[in-house]
This record gives sequence, C-alpha cells and structure tokens, in this order.
Amino acid sequence: MNYADLFRVTLPETVLDVAALLVLVVDLLALRKADLRTRVMAAVVIGLLGCGAAIAVMQFQAGGGLTYPGSTDLLLSAGGYTAIAQIGILILTIFTLLLFVGCDFTKHVGEFVAVILMAATGGLLISAAQDLLVIFVGLELLSLGLYILTAFAKQSDRSAESAMKYYLFGGMSAAFLLFGFSYLYGLTGSTNLHQMMRALYATTANGSAPLLYVALVMVAAGLGFKVAAVPFHLWAPDTYEGAPAPAAAFIASVSKVASFALLIGIGTAAAHAFGDARVVHVQVVARVSETPLPRYFGFNGPWSGIVTLIAVASMVLGNLAALAQTSVRRLLAYSAIAHGGYILLAVAYFSRSNESANAILYYILTYGLTTIGAFGAVAVVEHVAGSDRMDAFLGLARRNGLLAAVLLVLFLSLAGIPPLVGFWAKFNLFAAVLGVNRGVVPFATVALAVAMSAVSLYYYLQVLKRVFVMPPADDSPLHGNSITTAVLVLIALAVVVLGCLPGLLQTWMSNFYAAL
Amino acid sequence: MLAWTIYISFAGALVLALLPKGNGRGGDSAALARWIALLVAAAGFVLAIAGFASGAGQGRVTIIDVPWISSMGIHYVLAADGISRVLVLLTGLAAVAGVLFSWNIELRTNEFFAFFLALIGGVYGVFLSFDLFLLFVFYEIAIVPKYFLIAIWGSTRREYAAMKLALYSFVGSAMVLIGLLAAYTTAGSHSTGLVDLANANLPFGFQMWVFPLVFVGFGILAGLWPFHTWAPTGHVAAPTAASMLLAGVVMKLGAYGCLRVAIGLFPHGLDPWGWSFWGIGSWRDVFAILAVIGIVYGALVALAQTDFKFVIGYSSVSHMGFVLLGIVTLKQIGVTGAVLQMFSHGVIAGLLFAIVGRVVYERTHTRQLSELETMYLGRRLPFAAWAFVVAGCASMGLPGFSGFVAELQVLVGSWIAKPWWAAAAGIGIVVGVAYTWRALQKAFFTDRLPTPDEHPKEGWPKFDPITWPEVAATALLVAATVLVGVYPRILLDSIEPAVKALLAGGMQ
Repeated sequence: MNYADLFRVTLPETVLDVAALLVLVVDLLALRKADLRTRVMAAVVIGLLGCGAAIAVMQFQAGGGLTYPGSTDLLLSAGGYTAIAQIGILILTIFTLLLFVGCDFTKHVGEFVAVILMAATGGLLISAAQDLLVIFVGLELLSLGLYILTAFAKQSDRSAESAMKYYLFGGMSAAFLLFGFSYLYGLTGSTNLHQMMRALYATTANGSAPLLYVALVMVAAGLGFKVAAVPFHLWAPDTYEGAPAPAAAFIASVSKVASFALLIGIGTAAAHAFGDARVVHVQVVARVSETPLPRYFGFNGPWSGIVTLIAVASMVLGNLAALAQTSVRRLLAYSAIAHGGYILLAVAYFSRSNESANAILYYILTYGLTTIGAFGAVAVVEHVAGSDRMDAFLGLARRNGLLAAVLLVLFLSLAGIPPLVGFWAKFNLFAAVLGVNRGVVPFATVALAVAMSAVSLYYYLQVLKRVFVMPPADDSPLHGNSITTAVLVLIALAVVVLGCLPGLLQTWMSNFYAAL
Repeated sequence: MLAWTIYISFAGALVLALLPKGNGRGGDSAALARWIALLVAAAGFVLAIAGFASGAGQGRVTIIDVPWISSMGIHYVLAADGISRVLVLLTGLAAVAGVLFSWNIELRTNEFFAFFLALIGGVYGVFLSFDLFLLFVFYEIAIVPKYFLIAIWGSTRREYAAMKLALYSFVGSAMVLIGLLAAYTTAGSHSTGLVDLANANLPFGFQMWVFPLVFVGFGILAGLWPFHTWAPTGHVAAPTAASMLLAGVVMKLGAYGCLRVAIGLFPHGLDPWGWSFWGIGSWRDVFAILAVIGIVYGALVALAQTDFKFVIGYSSVSHMGFVLLGIVTLKQIGVTGAVLQMFSHGVIAGLLFAIVGRVVYERTHTRQLSELETMYLGRRLPFAAWAFVVAGCASMGLPGFSGFVAELQVLVGSWIAKPWWAAAAGIGIVVGVAYTWRALQKAFFTDRLPTPDEHPKEGWPKFDPITWPEVAATALLVAATVLVGVYPRILLDSIEPAVKALLAGGMQ
C-alpha cells in the first residue's frame, strides 16, 4: 500500500480529527476557568476553522482515489460524487456548529464539538469507501458519535431514553449489516465493491441465488436504519424528539448525506462493474449457458426490487404518520422518513451516467440545509416556550415576524412548493428515476411520490397555520440569539436563491465530474 | 412590457411584507399599505391595457426567452398571444377592483395586501408563461397566498375552507406535475417549452392517458364537477377581495391550463377511443358531460341556498361549466366563447361577490336571505340594489352584457358538436335566471311586511354611507361588462386568431 497516497486521499479526515483534538485540548486546558459563552465560542470557532481547512485541502485529492496494491479497483474514491458529498457534509457541519452557539444544554462544550467533528469524519469516510470493511468502520465511527450526541442533554430524561433506543436499534442494525456483508463475501470472495459486483454476475448467471437475496435484505436492513427507511425507522421520531437541537439537526442532515453517499457508491459500483463491456459480457454468458437469463440478474435486479419496496413503504408511512403528530420535532422526523423514501426511489433506479447520483446529492444536500434551518427555528421557539408542541408556535408571526418568515420559507420548501429549492430537488429526482426506466412500476412509484407530497402539504400547513393564522396565546416578543437568527435567515435566503436559480448548484456539481 | 405586470406585483408584495407593522391592528402604516397596493395594481392594469392595445392584430409575441436550467433544457419563456392578453387584462381589472373593495381591511393590512399582490403576480405569470415548467411554478406560487388570505381574513369556517382549497389545488397540481414529468421524459428530456412539447409528436397511447390526468388536474381549479366542492366553501369563507380573485381569476387559471396545456400539448387525447358506451366514445364526451352536469347542478344547488354568498358561489360552478363545455367542443366558435366567458365571468362574479360580501354584508352583518328579507335593503341601500340588478342581469346572460355574447357562442359551438349538450346546458341558463331572480327578490325587493317589533319606531338605523372605493370599483366592473357586451369585437379580434392557431394543431 502506498502510504503517500493514503495520506493524500484521507487528508480532509485527518484535518478534521486534528481539529477535534485541538478543540478538546483548548477547552479542557486553556479555558477551564472561562465562562460558558466564551468556551462555546472558542470551540465553535476552532470547529469552523477545522471544517474550512478540510474543504481547503480537498483539492489535493484531485489526483484520484486510493487503489489496492497491484489492482485498479478503488479502495477509497475521490472526486466526483465523493467530493460533492464530502464538501456537503463539511458545509452542513459548519451550519450545525453555528446553531450550537445559542445553546446552553451542556457544560461539556469541548466534548460536544469534538464528537461532532469525529462523527463528521466518519461521514467523510463512508462517502469515499469502496470496500465493505471500510464502509463498516466508517458507519460505526459515524453512528457512535451520533449516539453520544443524542444523549448529550444530561438533565433531560428524554435525551437519555432516545439515545438508548437509538443505540439498541443501531447495534442491532449493525449486526444485520455485518451478517449481510459476510454472506456477500462468502458469495463473491471479495470485500471490494467492484470485484464483488463482477463476481455476482457469475454467481447469478445460472439461475436463482437465494443467498444473495438474504444478503441484500440484511444489507438493506442495515443501511435502511441509517436513512430511517420503513420498516427500520422506529428510532427516528424518538431520537429527533429527545436529542438536543444541534444533535438532531446533525442526525437529520449530515448523517443522511453520508448514508446516501454510501448508497450512491454502491449504485455506482454496480452500474460500472463492467465498464462499457457489460452488455457484451451478458450476451457471452447467455450464449455459454444456453438458457435464458434469469429475470433478476446480477446485483441490480434484486437490489432495485428490495429498495423500491422500502422506498414505497417509507413515503406512504412517513407522510401518513406525520399527519397525526402534535410535536413539531416528531413531525420533522416522519417527514424525514418520507423524504428518505423519495430519495430511495432514485437509488432503486440508478443510472450509469451521473444523473442519478447528482439528483440524489442535490436532494439530500438541499434537504439537509433546509432541515437544519427547521431544527434551528424550532429550537428557538422551544427555548422560550419550553416545548416543541404545535401550540408553542401559536401566533409566532406576531411575536417574531422574521422567524415566522424563515419557517414559512423552510416548510414550504420541504413541502416542495416552487420556486423554493425543495421543489427543484423533487423534480430533478423524479426526472432522474423516469430517465432510467419509464416502465409501469417506476412510473407508478413516482406518481405515488408526487401524490404523497401533496399529502405532506397538509401537515406543513398545520404548523404554518399556527404561526400565521391563529392568535398568540402569549403576546410577548420572542427573541432568539442574534447569531442563530442570522444563520437561520442565511439558510432561508439560500433556499430562496437556490430555488430561483436552480442551475447554480447543478453547474457547481458538474464541475467535479469534469475534473475526473 | 407585459412581463413587468409580474415583476411589479411581486415587488409590491415584497415591499408591503417589509413595511413596518405599526401597532399590529391596522395602525399607522395601513393607509400607506392601501395606497401602495392600489398603485401597484393600477400600474399592472395600465401595463395590461397597454400590452393589449399594442398586441392588437399580432399573433404570439415572445417577450423574453433565456435559458434557466441549461442542463435540463428549461427556459424562462414569457410570451403572449391573444388569449393571454385578454386574461392578463382581466387579471389587472380584478386586481384593481379587489384592492378597492378591500379598502376597509383593518386587520394586518400590510400582510393582507402582500399576500394579495403575491397571488396576483402568480396569476399574471401563469397567463404569460410559454414554458410548461415556468407555468407550473407560477401556478403553485398562487396556492399559498390563497390559503393565508382565506385562513386569516376569512369568515364562515375559514380554516376548514382554506385547507380544503389548498389541498384541492395541490392535488390538482400534483396531477399536472405527473403529466409534466411524463411529457418531459417521454419527449426526450431536453425541453419543457410549450411549443417544443407540442411539436414533440408524443405517442398516441401516451396522450390518451396523460390528457385526462392533466385536464382533471387543471379542471379541479376550474370547478370541474365533481371536483368543484372546494369552490363554494372557499368562496364563501374568503374575504371579499379573495372571493373576487378566486372566482374572477384563479378559476380561470384552471380553465386556461385545460385549454393551453391539456388540449395544446395532448390534442390526440380527445380522439375517439374506437368504442363507445351509451354514446360516450372519447374523453371529449366524458368531459363535456361533466361540464354539462356542472352547469345544471351548480344552478340547481344555487337555487336552494339560504346564504346569499353561497348562491353566488354555486353560480360560479355553473358559469365555469360553460367555459369547460366551450373548450371541449373544439369548435372555433365554442372555444372563442369559452375564452370570452372566462373574461365575462371574471368581471361579473367579481362584481357579485363584491356587492354581497362588501357592500351588503359589511353593513348588515348577515348573509342569510331570510334575514336580509326583513331589512328593506332596496330602499335602505339603493346603491347595492342597483348594482346587483345590473350584475344580476349580466349574470343571467341578458343581451347588452358580456355574458350573453359568451354563452351564446358556447351554446352554438356545442350545438354544432352535439346538439343535446346545448339543450342540456340551456336548462342551466333557465335555472340561472331563476336563482338570480330569487336572490334579487329576497335580498332587496321583498314585499313582506315587517312585524311591529321588527320595525323600530324611530326609523331604521342608518347604515354606513357608501364609500368612494366601492363606487369606483363597481363603476369599473360594470363598465367592463357593458363595454364587452355592446362591442364584443374589442376582445374577439384578439381571441379568435389565437384560438384558430391553437385548434389548428397545438402550438406549432
């Protein structure tokens, strides 16, 4: 293994980890006597600098990814979708850290920021991983960080309870994932995604491979947990409700981006398993075996079927369950499940060109940004009203007009109303699905997704109705921290601008592919 | 020039949203907000008139065409043909009248006019978009302000009605979005321009199933029976200006979409299926029957209402039935009549809602016909009575008013297509006379004698005097309907060539 290459490719991760250690050192040694505000500011500033430096060093990855010795198969990819996802993760981490400025739920400031940075490192790793073992290590690095962050509000029973639930579900799903990985290794003799994909064609060419189905269902269970897809979603509402606001925002955005980047990695590996020779290869196999090809052949067939099922279940159950919520955080959790379902459709119908990868990244990055803003706004209200019940939002337009306007923009974007960015993300995504396959099943699922997003307008309007229509229970003005307010306004402006000029983000993303 | 109608409306909305609030209930900035709104609406109206006048005799004129999302081939295309120009004119008229009839809004005035102008901006945008994507964006922009206008400033069951309207609209637009995605990807994913899609030769079988989807999607907003139920509740709950806009222009968005998108892009969806069941052999028959049912059903239900505003609400469903019937005749005269009916109904329904919701209700504080019967409004509010007589005559389709020309053309068109459609729709006209007459009689000219305790000894308490904005707006709307009724050529010269081009093969 070439250690210079390894160092070059993992430079952003290294920078982030160094920043995490620096935060701990500064907070525990230099600032022991300082007051809470100073410590929070110091930790956040170091964290921001770390993220910024990590983005800055990403240009050194331009030389390409890390390969196995004596092979052209990638171990860690760089550039293309990986670079977009990594920059996205770092930017969303920056926003999460900025939201932490106004918080006072913990005295262990240094630890909180350090854990956020380390979890983000795990996210960077799985965005690049092309090997089952690296994937597993990265996922655990991310997940362990998230369990700790969820439990961080030590005075709150809810926080501890939700962290415990999250941890138990997470441990179980990690077990499923490993079990599935072990079968995949057994079937193919390799832990590398590309080698594995090629071997799977040989395994399935002569007929059914029930073990492959077992393996893929297990893998889907493990990864479905990360993206909170039904039926592996049970942790999400409790965690979103119980976790401290920045932690919940982090789980809802950064962790989702990383997990979908991993799914893109798997999809890309499957789509490019044979380079351009795939069609030829399939014909050769068919001629040699003299029997018609099985209907579900190789990796794509079974994977697509399983993921479609999960996607449909997620968007139906997520949207319908959200209708019944009275807690805004739980509402956001169920809506996250539904959004995850939409994105999984594009994972199920994945294109050879980078159209699907771009559509997924566009969706998850803009969704992540919007949802961080939503959690930030909810946290401001929660801080004053002491609850995230819908009734805490009564008459918010009268109490803080700016915050109400921010909520209006963010929630309408989540509902997919143009010209906000959420609408373009949806359109892009569904167009990508239909671009891959315009058969009856993909068309019906897209139609279902569009219908379900019509349902979603109802629950978003339920919150906005309380904000704008109903009279306030308490007429006193409601002020948030000025930095938090500035960040929220910035996010809302970004949602509007990116929505009016949707080409900006797409042009930016296409630059990364041009460099490959 | 017409494009500026969109921009100034949104700019006005933004300015009003940012205007300092004053003391929260009306307050100091309320008067300023009113004048800004009136100025913006009037400027839009003037631009619309200028655009209409300068576009006379021209076909489709592209105003702007720049790439918007180049990777998906989506362009920002604004253009206007005869149909667009007429509907933009209607929007300008309705906007000015709407602001004038909302002059007495005291609750959160700035926000009211901000939402009002945002809605107007979206409506202008839909009528001027010649890219399906852009059209859809404007179409959805119009949904949110409607919700807040009704939910905040409305009356009877406002939150229920607002939510119902928002969800119906959003379900309709979801159907349109599915059709849009399907058409975009089937045509090769390189353009969403209306002209490009119309020229894309979409497969016959594809058009056959996308057409009804898109037609119903837009039809929901046009009050297509049986998806019309949002309309009466929405109209009744809405504040006066919002009901004027809902009936006056928002329902036209739906009808316009049916004509421009559903028929313009998927004309083969109207071809015969090749088999028939009880004489129904194509989507055209299906939608014609739904339109006729809407005409008759709306009129009959209007006849049975006890709430004055519900009478007008159901009459809208009936009159919009004529628009949809005219569109599916696919005859030059029928479609021309449908477009003219859009204009005519926009003006007349606006006037009726204004009289009932603003002039009468704000003074009597009741809309129940049985209570209005005891109030002698004919003598105590002569202005309202006169205005309603004029508006009622126009609504009944008396010669000399715009409704007559429009409905006559629709009837002739449907007679040419299938005589029994015209015959059935004729029933709707007769019932239309009956419900208008009944409402007029009960509300203004009752001969029921008051009982002694109903008649106060010191005479009736005075109503608030009629204000100048009410007079001005009424005069404006009456003038419009009479002008078009007496000299329909003024609009027909613009509509006819555009309809001819549309029917002659989509938008090639």
